[in-house]
Amino acid sequence: MHLDPETTRHLLRQMILIRRFEDRSAEMYTKSNIRGFLHLYSGEEAVAVGVMNTLTTEDAILSTYREHGHALARGVDAGSIMSEMFGKQEGCSRGRGGSMHLFSKQHNFYGGNAIVAGHLPVAVGMALAAKKLHTNSIVCCFFGEGAAAEGEFHESMNLAALWQVPLLFVCENNRYAMGTALAFTHARMDIEAKAAAYCIDAEAVDGMDLMAVLEASTRATEKIRSTGRPFLLVCNTYRFRAHSMFDAELYRDKAEVLEWKKRDPITVFQQAAVSSGMIDGPAIKALEDSVDEELQRAVAFSEAGTWEPLDQLTKYTYAEGGRT
Amino acid sequence: MTYREALKQALRDVLNHDERTFLMGEDVGRYGGAFAVSKGLLQEYGADRIMDVPLSESGFVGAGIGAAMAGMRPIVEVMTVNFSLLAMDQIVNNAATLHHMSGGQITAPVVIRMGCGIGRQLAAQHSHSWEPLYAHIPGLIVLSAGTHDDARWMLPAAMKCQDPVIIFEYTSMLNLEGVMNESITSVDTRTAKVLRTGTMISVITYGSAVYKCLEAAERLAKEGIDVEVVDLRVLRPLDDETILRSVRKTHRALIVEDAWRSVSISSEISARIMEQAFRDLHAPVQRSCGVEVPIPYPKHLEDASVPQIADIMSAITKEFRHDRV
Repeated sequence: MHLDPETTRHLLRQMILIRRFEDRSAEMYTKSNIRGFLHLYSGEEAVAVGVMNTLTTEDAILSTYREHGHALARGVDAGSIMSEMFGKQEGCSRGRGGSMHLFSKQHNFYGGNAIVAGHLPVAVGMALAAKKLHTNSIVCCFFGEGAAAEGEFHESMNLAALWQVPLLFVCENNRYAMGTALAFTHARMDIEAKAAAYCIDAEAVDGMDLMAVLEASTRATEKIRSTGRPFLLVCNTYRFRAHSMFDAELYRDKAEVLEWKKRDPITVFQQAAVSSGMIDGPAIKALEDSVDEELQRAVAFSEAGTWEPLDQLTKYTYAEGGRT
Repeated sequence: MTYREALKQALRDVLNHDERTFLMGEDVGRYGGAFAVSKGLLQEYGADRIMDVPLSESGFVGAGIGAAMAGMRPIVEVMTVNFSLLAMDQIVNNAATLHHMSGGQITAPVVIRMGCGIGRQLAAQHSHSWEPLYAHIPGLIVLSAGTHDDARWMLPAAMKCQDPVIIFEYTSMLNLEGVMNESITSVDTRTAKVLRTGTMISVITYGSAVYKCLEAAERLAKEGIDVEVVDLRVLRPLDDETILRSVRKTHRALIVEDAWRSVSISSEISARIMEQAFRDLHAPVQRSCGVEVPIPYPKHLEDASVPQIADIMSAITKEFRHDRV
């Protein structure tokens, strides 16, 4: 696959935006602007950016509580996401959800789901609806390898295959389900092999390599669109940071983290882009500056945001008025 | 018609009305429905609209939620409430919360029908009355079809809701013949209903206890006790107005349900009556509920586990005997 300079810039910028957004989020968390749980995506950028760029605006996306990268790659405004994490009503979920529940209907972005594997059945249903309504769109569902142990994963895979629905399962295998390594959670560790049990096509790809993810996702989505059948794409990746802000990372060696950082998806892609003449140093600097400026605005927007009035507390419990 | 027939006509009504509607559940199609409610519907509407699903409660309930979010109008049938715990996460953490968590952007207008209740000697794991569990959850509309009219009209009403709806149906009533009220062509999903007006006591109930209470009221009328029977119909959100209007009129209340006594619908209503109509009461609110025991298999023990007509009559007459002492 060959990318032109414009696409190269776009993809690189997206990854840098995610990386720096997550850095800013960590900073905002230590300043207590963001509270509760915060799960950062640093290191996994190639997966969100690669897959998202093979989806159309009509396709629906569901993700986990580590979804900032997916939301940003989808085009959800950084200020809207940051405000959401601040709890301000200008946030994409009106501040009601926080870091783990980013929703944007206009972007067909359905969360932000905090129960591991809890959104997989919902994704199957959305894909079933897409099929029944002949929308020609697909559904893309991100989850981690930890989720592949839950019953919901297995039920969803079976249903998706049985009903032949246009669903892309993207398993981001970052090797640790919170603090428990893959070897301690899966009898069969090659997640992609599980798909055969459900007669679903699968592929595993190096999730640290943006080009590899882009190519694999292009293949997978084309297959889904032409056959209407589900697909499992396993992206083997690594998160550079802890599971969440509460995690002391007792379960893995710092040396291992450093090893994986040598394969930083941003550095790798950037170096390849420079080597092939798709981008140069000044252009990269310009990208970084523009990202920093975007994030500055996002933070300022969030700090200036407003709190939802207390008398609105029960407003969104029911969609229909007059119910409490 | 039978309660079963009323449920079936409801399904046909909604399937005819809206092409986005489809039924999904275990054995709803080829088997003809576990309780024969959907018998013949597969032949009438086709496999696209009557979907047999594998034994994957979490999977297919979640799928129903997703399909509703994406513009279809699915009716998910969970064979009985007894299996619904497997789908509890989907119902509570997805259906009930999506609208709120998304700040009002997403709706999940899914209708989930569940058979429930005791009476066929099916023992502990197949006899649950878990209406209180579901009535506890904000974001859900919880309905109880305790009469033939509601068996016919609750589903069409539920299909118009934007919020997720749980409808409890009563397997012990399936074969029961009843006379339909021809003047009813629709019902609401918001109000309780006074099925029998009376002046001396408000018997507040739902589900499989409704007809038992009406029968008890009929018999007690001959003894000069004038009983008002209120069918809650909507277990969440509760219709305080109808309940309180009745209690303020009669000054006495007995709440009857098959569900286990502690932390039940009657616990909640008792509290609300105390909070809002304390000075209208001539006696404490009484409750006649399920005995707190996993439902036993032998008939005599099963029957003793929930309030029967005689128990309800006894609870009512006891109310007035106190006064005369």
